[in-house]
Amino acid sequence: MSFEMPKEKWRGAVNQVKIGATAAEGGTRSSTVTVGGEATLPFLDFEGDTPNRPVIAFEVLDLAPTDWPEPLVEAYGDVFGDPAAWAQKCVEQYEADLICLRLQSAHPDRGDSSPAQCAETVKKVLQAVGVPLIIWGCGDNEKDNNLWPEVSQAAARERCCLGSAVQDNYKTISACAMADGHVVITEAPLDINIQKQVNILVTEMGVKPEDIIMYQVTGALGYGVEYAYTIMERTRLAALGGDKMLSMPMLAIVGSEAWRAKEARLPEEESPQWGRRYDRAILWEAMTAELFLHAGTDILVMWHPEAARLVKESVLSYSAASTESE
Amino acid sequence: MIVIGERINGMFKRIGEAIATRDEAPIIEAAQAQVEKGANYLDLNVGPASDEPVAAMQWLVETVRKATDTPLSIDSPKPDVIRAGLDIAGSNSIINSTTGEAQRLAALMPLAAEYGCPIIGLTIDENGVPRDAPGRTEVALKIVASAMEHGVPPDNVWIDPVILPISCTQNHQPEVLKAIAECKLLSDPSPKTVLGLSNVSQGTRYRSLVNRTYLVMAIAYGLDAAIMDPLDDDLMDAMITAELLMNKTVYCDDFLKAYRT
Repeated sequence: MSFEMPKEKWRGAVNQVKIGATAAEGGTRSSTVTVGGEATLPFLDFEGDTPNRPVIAFEVLDLAPTDWPEPLVEAYGDVFGDPAAWAQKCVEQYEADLICLRLQSAHPDRGDSSPAQCAETVKKVLQAVGVPLIIWGCGDNEKDNNLWPEVSQAAARERCCLGSAVQDNYKTISACAMADGHVVITEAPLDINIQKQVNILVTEMGVKPEDIIMYQVTGALGYGVEYAYTIMERTRLAALGGDKMLSMPMLAIVGSEAWRAKEARLPEEESPQWGRRYDRAILWEAMTAELFLHAGTDILVMWHPEAARLVKESVLSYSAASTESE
Repeated sequence: MIVIGERINGMFKRIGEAIATRDEAPIIEAAQAQVEKGANYLDLNVGPASDEPVAAMQWLVETVRKATDTPLSIDSPKPDVIRAGLDIAGSNSIINSTTGEAQRLAALMPLAAEYGCPIIGLTIDENGVPRDAPGRTEVALKIVASAMEHGVPPDNVWIDPVILPISCTQNHQPEVLKAIAECKLLSDPSPKTVLGLSNVSQGTRYRSLVNRTYLVMAIAYGLDAAIMDPLDDDLMDAMITAELLMNKTVYCDDFLKAYRT
C-alpha cells in the first residue's frame, strides 16, 4: 500500500513583497529580493507553495561600535565607522542578500547627527552596493520623525524597507514610505494583538498590505526566544488561516540579540566548560536564527558572517531535502 | 464563520417583483450590498410563487454574475432548478438543500457528486423535524451516510439542524444547539454545520436581537456557517466578536475594522 502524506488545507497565504528596485523600475539596485508568498508552514513545500527562500540581511551601523566582542571586530574592524565600505564588504565578501543600515548616530544620546547627514550616509551606502536596503531609524520617536522625510527622499524609488512603525508612532514613516515608494516595517513588543493593530493603523494611512513587513521585538536563544517563536508561529498560522492583517512577511533581528547573551560574550577563562568563545558565540547567533527560520521568518538581520553562512547552508539543505523527497 | 447572504429571495416583495418582471437593478443592488457587508456566499431563491422556476433561476444567476463573482448558494426544493443554477454558477456553489428523506437524497446527492460542490442537508425526514437533538443527529447521520455512498466527502455536507421560530417552538432552540455540537462527531473529517438563522426570530418583535443572540450561542457550539442578513450591522458585529471570543481570530483593538478590511 502506498503512503499518502497527510496535508493540511490552508485558506490563506503570506503576501509576496519585493524589496529593491532596478533601473527599469525607477531605482538603481542591481538585484532585488522577493520574500513571502508561503502557502504553508516553513519548509513544508510538499504541502503548499514556498516560492521564496528566507533571506539574510547584514546589519551595518553608521557609528563605529565600541563594545563588540572580538569575533565581530575581526570580521568588521577594518570598516568600522565607514558604513559604505562596511556594506560593500558584507556584499562582496559575505554574499549579503540585503543590507540593514541602522542610523544609530542620529540618536540624541549618540551624536545626534542631522537628517542631512543621515541622508548622505544612505546615499553613500546605496552607491556602494547594488543589493536592496533596509533602513532603520535611531529608535527615538521624535528624532526619527525628523529624520524620515529627508532620509526616505534620499532613497526615493529604491523600494527600501523603512523601520519601524510602532503603535504610537507610525504616521510620518508611513507617509514617507508612500511618497517615496518604500516598504514599511511594522513593529510590536512581542505582542500579536499590537502587531495586528499597527498593521491596521498603517494600512488606514493608505499603505498597501503588500508594502508591509512585520517585526516582533525578538529575544535570543536562552533569553525569551520561545516567546518570540510562539508569537511568530501563531502569526503565520493566522496568515494561513486567512487573516489579511497578519499576512505580511516577517523579519527578525538576530545579531544584536544573540551577541548580547552572556554565552556569546563570556571569555573562555571565565567559562572554560562552555568551550571556545569564538565557536560558541557564532553558534549562539546561528541557532537563534535557525529557530526563527522555523517560526516562519522571511528576513533575518544578522551580524557575524560565519553565523550567516551556517544559516544559509541550513536553508539550502532544507530546500535540497524537499526536492530529493519529491 | 461563513456568511451566506439571504437577501436575494423571491419571498421578499421587492425581489419577487424584480424576478417576475426581469428587472435587474434590485437584484444587482442586493448582491453588491451583501458582498460589501461581508457575505461569503449569496443565496439565490426564486421564491415559491414563480411559475417557471428553472428559467427564473437561470436569469437570477446570470443577473447576479453581472455584479459579482462571489460564490452562490442555489436554493430550491426542486432538483431541476438546482441543476439549472449550478450549470451557470459553477462548482464553487452550494446546493441548498436536501433533507434526510430517501427520495430527496437519491435525487440531490448525485448532483453534489457530479458538481463536486457542498450540499446543505436539513435534518428533516419522512416524519418531519425531530423534536430533540438526538433525533436531528440521527437524520444528519443518514445524510452523511448517503453522501459517502455517493462519493461526496463528508466535509462537503453542511448539516442544517433546522431552527424553528422561537414564538412557536421554544423547546427546540436548546436542542438545535446540542445538535450542532453532536453533528461534529459524526465523521472525520466532520460535516460542517449551518443554520437558516432568521427563522428563529419569525414573528417576534425584536428580530435583530433574537437573531444575533442566537447566532452567538450557536457559534459557541461550533457553528460553521449561517444563512443570514449581512446588512444587519449589529448581527455582523456580534458574529465577529463571538468568533474572537472563541479564539478563532486574533484580537486587536480595531478587530471589527480588521475583519472588514
